[in-house]
Amino acid sequence: MEFLQQLVNGVSLGSIYALIALGYTMVYGIVKLINFAHGDVFMVGAFIGFYSITILDLGFFPSLLISMVVCAILGVLIERIAYKPLRNATRIAALITAIGVSLLIEYGVIYVRGAQPEAYPGDLIPATSLDFLGVKVSSQSLLILGTSVVLMILLQFIVHKTKIGKAMRAVSHDMDAARLMGINVNNTISATFAIGSALAGAAGVAFGMYYTKIEPLMGIIPGLKAFVAAVLGGIGIIPGAMVGGLLLGVIESLVSAAGFSLWRDGVAFVVLILILIFRPAGLFGKNVREKV
Amino acid sequence: MNILKHAKGFWSSIVLAIVFGVVMQFLITGEIINFFYVNTLYFIGINIILAASLHLIIGITGQFSIGHAGFLAVGAYASAIITMKLELPFSLSLLAGGVAAAIAGLIIGIPTLRLKGDYLAIATLGFGEIVRIVFLNIEYVGGASGMTVTQLTTWPWLFGSILLTLIVIRNFTNSTHGRACISVRENEIAADAMGINTTYYKVVAFAIGAFFAGVAGALYAHNFFIIQPTNFGFLKSFDILIFVVLGGLGSLSGAVLSAILLTIISTFLQSYPELRMIIYSLVLIMMMLYRPQGLMGTRELTSFFKFGKSAKRGINS
Repeated sequence: MEFLQQLVNGVSLGSIYALIALGYTMVYGIVKLINFAHGDVFMVGAFIGFYSITILDLGFFPSLLISMVVCAILGVLIERIAYKPLRNATRIAALITAIGVSLLIEYGVIYVRGAQPEAYPGDLIPATSLDFLGVKVSSQSLLILGTSVVLMILLQFIVHKTKIGKAMRAVSHDMDAARLMGINVNNTISATFAIGSALAGAAGVAFGMYYTKIEPLMGIIPGLKAFVAAVLGGIGIIPGAMVGGLLLGVIESLVSAAGFSLWRDGVAFVVLILILIFRPAGLFGKNVREKV
Repeated sequence: MNILKHAKGFWSSIVLAIVFGVVMQFLITGEIINFFYVNTLYFIGINIILAASLHLIIGITGQFSIGHAGFLAVGAYASAIITMKLELPFSLSLLAGGVAAAIAGLIIGIPTLRLKGDYLAIATLGFGEIVRIVFLNIEYVGGASGMTVTQLTTWPWLFGSILLTLIVIRNFTNSTHGRACISVRENEIAADAMGINTTYYKVVAFAIGAFFAGVAGALYAHNFFIIQPTNFGFLKSFDILIFVVLGGLGSLSGAVLSAILLTIISTFLQSYPELRMIIYSLVLIMMMLYRPQGLMGTRELTSFFKFGKSAKRGINS
């Protein structure tokens, strides 16, 4: 039963990772850039959620929506200001800029509001728990899991059934050809950043609900782990990010359950290095031959 | 003739450097410059070694590694164990710090250097985090509360290490091996096609860079009385990275200059740590947007003085 309990915890944690990983994977798929600032968009989302709950006195779902909208705007701003001028620059230049943006958001938030942590209000939803075959599933975990599943289905719908989704897939396949076909590449890239950042914002609120403590530097580690999840599933592949996130969450929970909770943060990186060595394209990826 | 001229320039700069070192030594022992400035000077020295060692990996070989604080940590802990636990002399601990970090560099380099660009960056970053977590969990070295270390770093040791680092890295860059590393940076596939064993050169550059980062770690550990895993996090790696990026990817003197400049700036901003990081990040972004090659590009400081001469030589030969 202990094992099942940890599995349930792992799935809740993993669904948060999966939400962040989706943003990474979409952005990487379309502009081939590791958006280091993504973890910080997640942090901003958590804070927006916190302030809309405590100051505006809103419920869970309105706060989630507000946080998603603000994060989407933030994501588009980051893309337009920092990444767009570098679209034809070297990969390293873009990566360094992403690191710079990440630091700027972190320390900008600390400068504005200080580094002290905040506690998410715990009475937002009734704290009941379901007993299912001896496994306790709290209402929070259920809510987080439900929210992520709904958002993922919504994302799949957008990517596969709408016009903007079609444009996104075309641009990620071949940017120049898409431009020749009359697709507005700039708007498509902005839309990708908006959707990815909105998902990160939702993950931020969910994270706040689950862990109750939020602080300005909280985005670094979950951001990196979500990136590991994206690589694990095969970067650029949307279902890969979902599976990778869930898998990573479960692995972490099992490691803490086995009594190595201090090593929990290290496990993700061990997974990363192993996957990069043995299957660099990820679980769902195909090997691509390098052309000269 | 050319070689002799080069050699003359090389030896005269070493003599100049030694004169500078001796003068500084008298200023420090005579207590003419106060403790605050001496401390800043030590800080600058350690950062110069770190910048030069990362310059070899990123600037010369073109391997984007952002886990350099991991090697710093390995060097710091290895040297601290040598002096504090085994009570062996400081000179040995400097060497041990370097060797331990170089071994760590080999262990991490051989598998991960097959990766390219972004993946390598993330793998090295993951390595840096793993090192930090490992030290956090080893009780022998104090876990999260860290390890106290006596202050043993003195100016002659520090200056000697800087000089050695710069000489080795400069001469490596100008050797056959260095040229091979530069060709890997410029175009790995072309270098491979020309018969250069790219993996070998990448690993060698990585190990040498790690070695000097380990030496810097030893000096760092014996300068600050205490080492804790939190000192070697993600942000420390970025601190080192920004020296290299600001100075110009591929310019040793650029890396050294920006290490000096940024250390002085951050010393003055010490009471406003957030402001310091905001300035750092804005510098990074602005740099990439408006001058992605860094302050010096791939040029060295000496090329500015020799400009007229080299132009003449070009016509004559």
